[in-house]
Amino acid sequence: MSNFTSATSIAQNVASGAQSAASVVEEHLQRISQREEEVHAFNLVTSTEARERAADLDARIARGENVGPLAGVPIALKDNMCTRGIPTTCSSKILEGWKPPYNATVVDKLFAAGAVFVGKTNLDEFAMGSSTENSAFGPTRNPLDTSRVPGGSSGGSAAAVAAGFAAVSLGSDTGGSIRQPAALCGVVGVKPTYGLVSRYGLVAFASSLDQIGPFSHSVADAALLTEIIAGYDPMDSTSIPKPAPSLVSVLGRGVEGMRIGRVADLPEGADADVLARLDAAFVALEKAGATIVDVKLPSLSYALTAYYLIAPAEASSNLARYDGVRYGNRVAANDMNTMYADTRAAGFGDEVKRRIMLGTYALSAGYYDAYYGKALKVRRLISDDFAAAYVNADVILTPTSPTVAFPFGAKTDDPLTMYLCDIFTIPTNLAGHPAMSVPFGTGQANMPVGVQILAPTLGEEAMFKVAAVLESAA
Amino acid sequence: MSERLSAADVAKVARMARLNISAADVERYTQQLDGMLDHFADIDNLQLADVQPMTQPFPLVNVLRADVEQPCLDREEVLGVAPAAEQGRFRVPPSGGEDE
Amino acid sequence: MIDNGLPEGWELVVGLEVHVELATKTKLFSGSPNRFGDEPNTNIDPVTLGLPGALPVLNQHAVELAMRIGLALNCTVKPSTFHRKNYFYPDLSKAYQITQYDEPLNVDGFLMLPGGVRVGVERAHMEEDTGKSTHFGGAGGRIHGSDYSLIDFNRAGVPLVEIVSHPDVRTAEQARQYVNELRAILVAVGASDAKMEEGSMRCDANVSVRKYGAELGTRCEIKNVNSVRSLGKAIEYEARRQIDVLETGGTIRQETRHWDETDGRTHTLRAKVDANDYRYFLEPDLVMLAPDAEWVERVRAALPVLPAARRTNLAALTGAEEDSEAIAVVVERGQDTYIEEVKNSGGDAGRALVWVQQSFAEEGSAPRLPAKDLAALTVLERDGKLTATQAKTVLGDMLEAGGGDPAAIAASKGFEALDTSVIEGFVDEGIAAQPDAWAKYCAGEEKAMGALVGTIMKLSKGKADGKVVTAILQQRRGS
Repeated sequence: MSNFTSATSIAQNVASGAQSAASVVEEHLQRISQREEEVHAFNLVTSTEARERAADLDARIARGENVGPLAGVPIALKDNMCTRGIPTTCSSKILEGWKPPYNATVVDKLFAAGAVFVGKTNLDEFAMGSSTENSAFGPTRNPLDTSRVPGGSSGGSAAAVAAGFAAVSLGSDTGGSIRQPAALCGVVGVKPTYGLVSRYGLVAFASSLDQIGPFSHSVADAALLTEIIAGYDPMDSTSIPKPAPSLVSVLGRGVEGMRIGRVADLPEGADADVLARLDAAFVALEKAGATIVDVKLPSLSYALTAYYLIAPAEASSNLARYDGVRYGNRVAANDMNTMYADTRAAGFGDEVKRRIMLGTYALSAGYYDAYYGKALKVRRLISDDFAAAYVNADVILTPTSPTVAFPFGAKTDDPLTMYLCDIFTIPTNLAGHPAMSVPFGTGQANMPVGVQILAPTLGEEAMFKVAAVLESAA
Repeated sequence: MSERLSAADVAKVARMARLNISAADVERYTQQLDGMLDHFADIDNLQLADVQPMTQPFPLVNVLRADVEQPCLDREEVLGVAPAAEQGRFRVPPSGGEDE
Repeated sequence: MIDNGLPEGWELVVGLEVHVELATKTKLFSGSPNRFGDEPNTNIDPVTLGLPGALPVLNQHAVELAMRIGLALNCTVKPSTFHRKNYFYPDLSKAYQITQYDEPLNVDGFLMLPGGVRVGVERAHMEEDTGKSTHFGGAGGRIHGSDYSLIDFNRAGVPLVEIVSHPDVRTAEQARQYVNELRAILVAVGASDAKMEEGSMRCDANVSVRKYGAELGTRCEIKNVNSVRSLGKAIEYEARRQIDVLETGGTIRQETRHWDETDGRTHTLRAKVDANDYRYFLEPDLVMLAPDAEWVERVRAALPVLPAARRTNLAALTGAEEDSEAIAVVVERGQDTYIEEVKNSGGDAGRALVWVQQSFAEEGSAPRLPAKDLAALTVLERDGKLTATQAKTVLGDMLEAGGGDPAAIAASKGFEALDTSVIEGFVDEGIAAQPDAWAKYCAGEEKAMGALVGTIMKLSKGKADGKVVTAILQQRRGS
């Protein structure tokens, strides 16, 4: 646990008048001014808007209004969520300067809950990467050791919470982009069930995999944020038509009698220090009254392949709209196709281009069946594996990341090496299940290690119960 | 190199994706993508004939909206952030005839 | 073998792809208005413009209209999905079109042409329209050689249904009939206003030719046809072009050709560097559309009587031929129920059909003239109290005034049908003046009657009732 005040406490203090929203914001803005230059968590710090917002909240509270469950809580948003009138770049040159004319649903929900937005956080361009080194605006540094990456793609949102720039933040998770940076920065990170949180206004990377979720210092804060951003949204056809789950209330219930799955055929690749912490987590849960059961997930090792065919395929289509016609930047040319090709070549970074080409190829005539079509079938196998495993287990525990935070440049030479950072996080996205990373001690170089809790569709309650126990045992 | 795909394939894909990349980059991307496809060959021997493809995690059906007008975006705000606009419309260079 | 206007031995094979804009209030996947003729880029929202983060949600009314079309075309409504068709073009905001691909909503239907020819309908699927590009500079607003283009996204996302026929059409006339009949159905079920001039109905034709009995020939897709008349001309031109190529030893290349109204030819577009590869895949932002039986039956039950059945009914009511021009025109105008009202008011349905066809072109499906007034007019006519010429004059006054008593109007104009004995006198004079015609008529040559009647009418200064004259002539001949 960190020394920073939790979102839950801030909201209580601000709502009760014990602390002003203005003073909370100043405290966070001050930390930003002290360390942001070094960390570079943000693409944009919205200090003016945050101060105005805090003043407004304080005035409303003084009038006796209930401003919501996140009263005065400073929050940072990954810069791939649309914010009306405030630049939303996806850390890409192609969108630099673009101001959306509308808000993402999560933004409206947080605003309605009384939150204060402090800025838009850095990411791997269009959320493609695992270290935030792929940002067009320079990398984010891990606040715990600035020679190391914060993970990615939501590295800025993880770092902002870890550095105390915001009490909580939102990221998006397509193949681990919340959980992996959470693990590497020593914070809690949650990827909810696909469809639980609206994607409306989240700039799409891979539509069938993307999901928004929170970063926080505590499991309780993560539960609170998840409750607030979850729930049916008629603007998102894939939104699950059910009310948001109640999660804060389950946190104290313990894990007595729960069945915790250990993957007997876990793919290789995790470092020993990481596996040691995973073992310790099993011990802690067993001590708390849970039963450890072995489960098999034989198709898990194919998840990386399925993911790196499906996600780029969807991305190649989702990113085709950046064509220099309606918004974003354009490289002028005398004919349409040259304008397109020059605009996109100048606007997209190396990794984005690579994935667009991979995805275009995987969908193209003559290759669809061999690549994209086959990947969709492997996706089914993985989903079926999980379904079988959850007959015997309530949740499954794995490492979040195979390693602790690594130094800059360690994995940039070969794209595949970077892709392997996601081997434990990708399978959940393919299945559409919830998963979260909880800090559980440290490994090499005294860097944090995260343990990942996986649960079946809409299994958030069980997942959070386990998370709360691990948090108290860490 | 396993030569799962050629530089010509990559050049064609880049054209299809409207990415103007240099010859040197074509070579580099060919190597990298070829390496990936080589890795992705791990699924080639799976028995998948009877497996249904999975395209969405949470199968829903008939998600519909009522045919009711919603407020529109402000044209001036939208055209104001466009790379080029005139007469209330977006301006683009000529297409060269490759229309649909 | 039917006359297709082609050189001896050649068969024409045509399949039609018709796009219609649905008459919804809003777009297929978002809430901006579906309205023709507004200021450019005023009917736009994040989905229409393909803004980052925007997501589509399917319009229920569009689905219902698409189902109406399918059911009216005897299709089966099936569980269906949406795909992305990926291509770059400036008026395609997302760089993909959302369309139904291998699992369309409506399949396996047919349409009966008025002449009794059955044209199979392969599918009628839903998709979204694109925006509109206007080309400036260069050679007069054409794509080739233009200096720049301006894009309006008002039309982007407008719901379309594409109706794809089997290649069952064998003549240009059948193609025209198909489109006319389809348009009548679309209007009747309220799915679309189906105006080719405004682009709310667009028609492409897949044309090929073959020697009778041979395998299907290579087809060319003809686009840019803006009227039913042009459709016939384009098909005829294209068929002859293909036959010319084949007869001189050439081969037909499968391609898209544009019809040019000004020179009356089809033209090939510049060949592309790469073949189209649309990289279709299931749209992950939408879910399956699977209307259940209850919904399908509810839509089916609410369908109005379709034009073909209405033509049959009107023909039975009026005694006219089912495939006559009058029946087609009156049903298309939706004035068949009006004729029914005339009949119910005691009028003569046959005469009403004539008057409605001739004089009600400007009236809609609810003419201003009360049905009982037209009924009264047809009674006067039937009873020989007014000649057709007189009745037309009276009707003109009634239409202008929006009603009136035809007997009173006739009286005020001094219209009185001549007494039969007076007419007999004119008939005597007429036969005397046209002895040759009379002889021919008596010999059984029916055509000769025209000359006799004409002469007699002239002698009576138009006051004799043509029907009475005819009856007297027939009586005298003894037939």
